[in-house]
Amino acid sequence: MSAPAIRVLIAKVGLDGHDRGAKVVARALRDAGMEVIYTGLHRTPEEVAAAAVQEDVDVVGVSLLSGAHLTLIPRLVELLRRSGARDIALVVGGVIPDEDVPTLRDLGAADVVLQDTPPDEVVRRVRAAAGRAA
Amino acid sequence: MFDPDAIERTAAARRDWEARELREFLARQPEARAEYRTASGLPRKRVYTPEDVAGIPLEDIGLPGRPPFTRGPYPTMYRGRPWTMRQIAGFGTGEDTNARFRYLIAQGQTGLSVDFDMPTLMGYDSDDPRALGEVGREGVAVDTIEDVEALFEGIDLEAISVSMTINPTAWILLAMYVAVAEARGCDLHRLSGTVQADILKEYVAQKEWIFPIRPSMRLMRDMIVFCAERMARYNPINISGYHIAEAGATSVQEVAFTMANAIAYVEEVARSGVPVDAFAPRLAFYFVAQADFFEEIAKFRAARRVWARLMRDRFGATRPESMRLRFHCQTAAATLTKAQPLNNVVRTALQALAAVLGGCQSLHTNGLDEAYAIPSEQAMKLALRTQQILAEETRVTDVVDPLGGSYYVEALTGQIEAEVHRILAKVDELGGTVAAIETGYFQREIADSAYAVARERASGERPVIGVNRFVEPPEPGTLEIHRVDPAVEARQVERVRAVRRRRDGARVAALLDELARQARDPAQNLMPVTLELVSARATLGEIVARLRETWGTYVERPVF
Repeated sequence: MSAPAIRVLIAKVGLDGHDRGAKVVARALRDAGMEVIYTGLHRTPEEVAAAAVQEDVDVVGVSLLSGAHLTLIPRLVELLRRSGARDIALVVGGVIPDEDVPTLRDLGAADVVLQDTPPDEVVRRVRAAAGRAA
Repeated sequence: MFDPDAIERTAAARRDWEARELREFLARQPEARAEYRTASGLPRKRVYTPEDVAGIPLEDIGLPGRPPFTRGPYPTMYRGRPWTMRQIAGFGTGEDTNARFRYLIAQGQTGLSVDFDMPTLMGYDSDDPRALGEVGREGVAVDTIEDVEALFEGIDLEAISVSMTINPTAWILLAMYVAVAEARGCDLHRLSGTVQADILKEYVAQKEWIFPIRPSMRLMRDMIVFCAERMARYNPINISGYHIAEAGATSVQEVAFTMANAIAYVEEVARSGVPVDAFAPRLAFYFVAQADFFEEIAKFRAARRVWARLMRDRFGATRPESMRLRFHCQTAAATLTKAQPLNNVVRTALQALAAVLGGCQSLHTNGLDEAYAIPSEQAMKLALRTQQILAEETRVTDVVDPLGGSYYVEALTGQIEAEVHRILAKVDELGGTVAAIETGYFQREIADSAYAVARERASGERPVIGVNRFVEPPEPGTLEIHRVDPAVEARQVERVRAVRRRRDGARVAALLDELARQARDPAQNLMPVTLELVSARATLGEIVARLRETWGTYVERPVF
């Protein structure tokens, strides 16, 4: 019997409305057989953490293009930790300067997926983040 | 466009050429691809001949400065004066952005364009918890009229046009700009510039919204009517395809969806009893210049023709100015890559050339650091120099619509125009623009196109140099990146709190009550009370919060 499908929450946090990347990723993951829930735009870290727990997802994929990642991601990590969701992997995407990538990983992001990453590679890396490396 | 005999001779020559030169050559050296298409997916021929323009009436091409304006909105175009070089800028506080403006003006920029931070765009004050981490980051922070005073300090508002990229809160920024200008003794009829204020494309593409569609359209109407009466040279809206394209739409969809939005605005204002010829001349447009060089040039030409026909035939406009499409153009940020960032300078220059050959009225060229952060001073200067080289060295400005009459460009212009009309008919079938937004038609179409492009880039079918072709290992640290001053947020928070302490709080409270009262009556124009509010130092966040109570907020049903 095959393993149950990976469940992913794709989330936009903060005020920026750039959702092109988030939606392409959501669709690529869905086409790869994952169960994808998309939060829609302008979510707070609180709303995203609550949705992740409620939907019992394996991975939260957060997209930010506003430059506010070093404010909002630590908050989200803290909220996920506090809600006891230690097994939910956090993947960050969007416009992220290279030098912020190690910082985000130290904060607890399982992966940081940058601009121009092909959809198939995103699928592979989300699968790896969920602990299901092919 | 040619006499039938000439077309017949051309067709005969073409058939003969196909049977001889072409066939022999193809036998020796096949073409790289089985079929060629534009970036929008329109079929593209090997070579165009008079046959391809035989069906185009000469009147469709016409002359510049005369309907249907295919060849340009003005008779002399850049021979009179070049396009306005309008680099967008905004970060930190009003003072920070003011310094960047003065720098750009000193470098030869001829128009101003303001980018606001996310909290300002979305209607939150800098000390709102939702603004945390975003104050002054992607644009300038504006909470009260004092920030706008700082923004334009020492800049002659009657002498330079100001474009403001602001949407759901546009009417408040317009009020602040007007109030600052009036306080300085400016004549409102001499102010020129634009507020973007195109809320429909927010629901469709950029996704910066606050209120539901209906009251948002009412605010649009209030601005358009206010400007028609009080600001003769000001564009109260910039109907924007740019964000639609950046969200993933093809160039054909960009023009079609933008026109669908424009139709909705014209209908909204006309419904309130203002004749179209009284406000249509001040409607302005904003398009992207993408990578497919000739398709973009044809797109701009087609957009002008579509608009002229819509205004004349659908809305009964009689003044040529009502049919004359003028547009701002920005090169395509989404085509710029993080890999090998110097390549972005070349991409931007070519896109800018397409914008100029397509007859734009103002232009922003992107910084090479677009994929990294908001642009550094160096990046903006280089982008501006790109425009100056185009305007002063290449001599492409000497002739109006230099590609007019090209079999290829005219055929492509006609193809795009026909596709746009096909999509507009589809939108009508769906019950009009607002209904099509509510059912997610545009959003779905854009998501499909974006996904197709992502797939084509991944497969290499759509080459991107440095990303899927000629890839090199990354070289870190080649660019100087704009860094946000971490102290800005605290400084701005303190400033808005100081204004609240200083002002006449009772007067602000009474005006906010008046705003709520007028908001419930759709016949009222909210511009006058907003002008009083901003002058009394009400904050942007307070004004929006009060209307959110009255009108509620928009909720999207996302599609992907």
